[in-house]
Amino acid sequence: MRYIVKQNRAEMKEEAKNGAKQKVAKQKGGKKLMRGNTVVGEAAVQAGCTCYFGYPITPQNQLPEYMSRRLAEVKDGIFIQSESEVSAINMVLGASVAGARVMTSSSSPGISLKQEGISFLCGDELPAVIVNMVRGGPGLGNISPAQSDYFQSTRGGGHGDYRVVVLAPASCQELADLTMEAFDIADYYRNPVLILADGMLGQMMEPVTFDNYKSRKLPKKDYTITGAKGRPSRIVRSLILNTKEMEEHNWKLIRKYQMITKREIKCEEFMMEDAKLVVVAYGTAARIAKGGVKRARNEGLKVGLIRPITLWPYPSEVIKKWAKTVPLFFVFEMSAGQMVEDVELSLNGASEVYFYGRPGGVVPTPVELSRIISRQYLQKGL
Amino acid sequence: MKKVYSRPKYLKRAPMHYCPGCGHSIVTKLIAEIVDEMDLAEKAVCIPPAGCAVLTYNYLDIDSVESAHGRGGAMATAMKRVLPDSLIFTYQGDGDLAAIGTAETIHAANRGERFTTIFINNAVYGMTGGQMAPTTLFKQKTTTSPFGRDMRREGAPIKISEMLTILEGVAYIERTTVNSVSAIKKTKKAIKKAFKVQMDDLGFSLVEVLSPCPTNWKMGPLDACRWIDDVMSKEYPLGVIKDITEKEGIREAVNAD
Amino acid sequence: MKGKIVIDTEACKGCLFCIEACPRDMIEKSDKLNLKGYYPARVVDSGENRCTGCALCAVACPEAAIEVYREAKQS
Repeated sequence: MRYIVKQNRAEMKEEAKNGAKQKVAKQKGGKKLMRGNTVVGEAAVQAGCTCYFGYPITPQNQLPEYMSRRLAEVKDGIFIQSESEVSAINMVLGASVAGARVMTSSSSPGISLKQEGISFLCGDELPAVIVNMVRGGPGLGNISPAQSDYFQSTRGGGHGDYRVVVLAPASCQELADLTMEAFDIADYYRNPVLILADGMLGQMMEPVTFDNYKSRKLPKKDYTITGAKGRPSRIVRSLILNTKEMEEHNWKLIRKYQMITKREIKCEEFMMEDAKLVVVAYGTAARIAKGGVKRARNEGLKVGLIRPITLWPYPSEVIKKWAKTVPLFFVFEMSAGQMVEDVELSLNGASEVYFYGRPGGVVPTPVELSRIISRQYLQKGL
Repeated sequence: MKKVYSRPKYLKRAPMHYCPGCGHSIVTKLIAEIVDEMDLAEKAVCIPPAGCAVLTYNYLDIDSVESAHGRGGAMATAMKRVLPDSLIFTYQGDGDLAAIGTAETIHAANRGERFTTIFINNAVYGMTGGQMAPTTLFKQKTTTSPFGRDMRREGAPIKISEMLTILEGVAYIERTTVNSVSAIKKTKKAIKKAFKVQMDDLGFSLVEVLSPCPTNWKMGPLDACRWIDDVMSKEYPLGVIKDITEKEGIREAVNAD
Repeated sequence: MKGKIVIDTEACKGCLFCIEACPRDMIEKSDKLNLKGYYPARVVDSGENRCTGCALCAVACPEAAIEVYREAKQS
């Protein structure tokens, strides 16, 4: 019988260095050419993440594979391929409450499985970073990139009055920067943060540097469960049977979310100065939209782009601001229409909204999009 | 006169909410005694379940963190890996461990995670009003098996402890009960041993405690204790189910690196 | 060896495990309700103290409601 007790760290470190499948090629200028999924992993490690728990699901498998080797090189690094996504999110809970920086990742169906755990993280006020490389759905769907998890990400997904900070990168560099920032946001507010990317971002390769992000000053963790040595014992729980106490706890969470809304909104405005038609898109759709907007500008159309980078909290004020001068907001998503509702809510009827969506994992080209943009522009007589 | 027994130091003053004669009260009291006697109170972390024992953290004066229903095994896995010198134990009922938590239980045991599970088996879902559990006995009537458990309809009572023995990561499993003073003393010994197995880094340890649930068995407390002797322990025999600590040279084999 | 037990009447839930455990029949069920509505256990008032302070009742008690005292052995 074999009783393998301890992970032999020295052996693992050796193997990790020698046999690394994830070769990282160095480019000029100190940047490395890396695949999106791998970027997230390396960014997490750079941010001090020591724990990763996850389950294989396409199109994010390179991330757990990378972490299985990379964390062997990190002090106190822990990697477990859990038996399910459900198990993984609960391991995240355990590591988080024990005081470690921890991450899990999955793709759409697996994120559905994690919803209870995410609700628990919010109720317990624990930090964690969750990565969703969205794929076509619903159900088993397909493995192509999509943006059909917007509702799931921003409207809870799980039960109860809670919010998750949702960050939407649109490039490998943003995957690096936002992943590193996600850990700080999570620790600062004691709340989970979701990186909402997609299969394309996870698979594409671009040059990145991990020196962009400057970390924040963070408060000390005074809530962790580590064994009551030299202090009174603590309880971390989300069960509050007394309704008065539960109500107060909920309002406390809401006040936290209001603070996040005040401080953490991120948004890019592109070619907006004299725009008459503004495309609103995030993530990969925004990359495509930039190409479409540039083409439209070449044809002399006054077109711009608003790219929300935080999807929750949503940059409603930015959209409201531009409603004064922009008669038509062209919302483009790789879905059947989810973020468009937030645009409509922000505008409150102030301007017209046109929605162009391609669900099911379809990735339109910038040329296709520019044609639709032009048609709308001319039809509306802008 | 000298005081020879009083309320354990790590049992908080709060009156326990359990029914008269409930096994949870006894086991909780034992855990409070054990962490004191083994000097582990400052290292101990309790992970209570969903179920009647969800409020365990109100009674044990040690660090505690609530887990989602059935997921204690996953939480304990991560916590023990992040805090390898602490004493991590899950405290789970039959639904938490053997229904919704089956995967987490089996895989944590399979990985030989160094935490202890205290498994309170009372053959019924207590907190939610007496529904059938995976460990409900044949012919036992519950609110969701009103005609009595039947092989064709509900399958057999599951022997999760026996199932776990074939996993190499499992170091120690014993089944005990708390229906008499001698049984209580055996349970205390078993839990102490399980904690020692954990602190000696030998593997996964589990103590299954057959526990009276007078309310949902529709019996008085003493009758419930007798039912465990007469009926329940025939289906779930008491005793050591797996114990690698008795094997010669095990400590050397296990700690060889 | 003499012994004495003190039962916290209000903590007792009347499960009667202590009565079952006592080898000296020193405990009985009271006929007076406590505030929670249980008939708690009480020490038998028989004038004869047969208690040896063995503490089996306290071990059996789910509520940790019994304190046990024992006289030191006489030399």
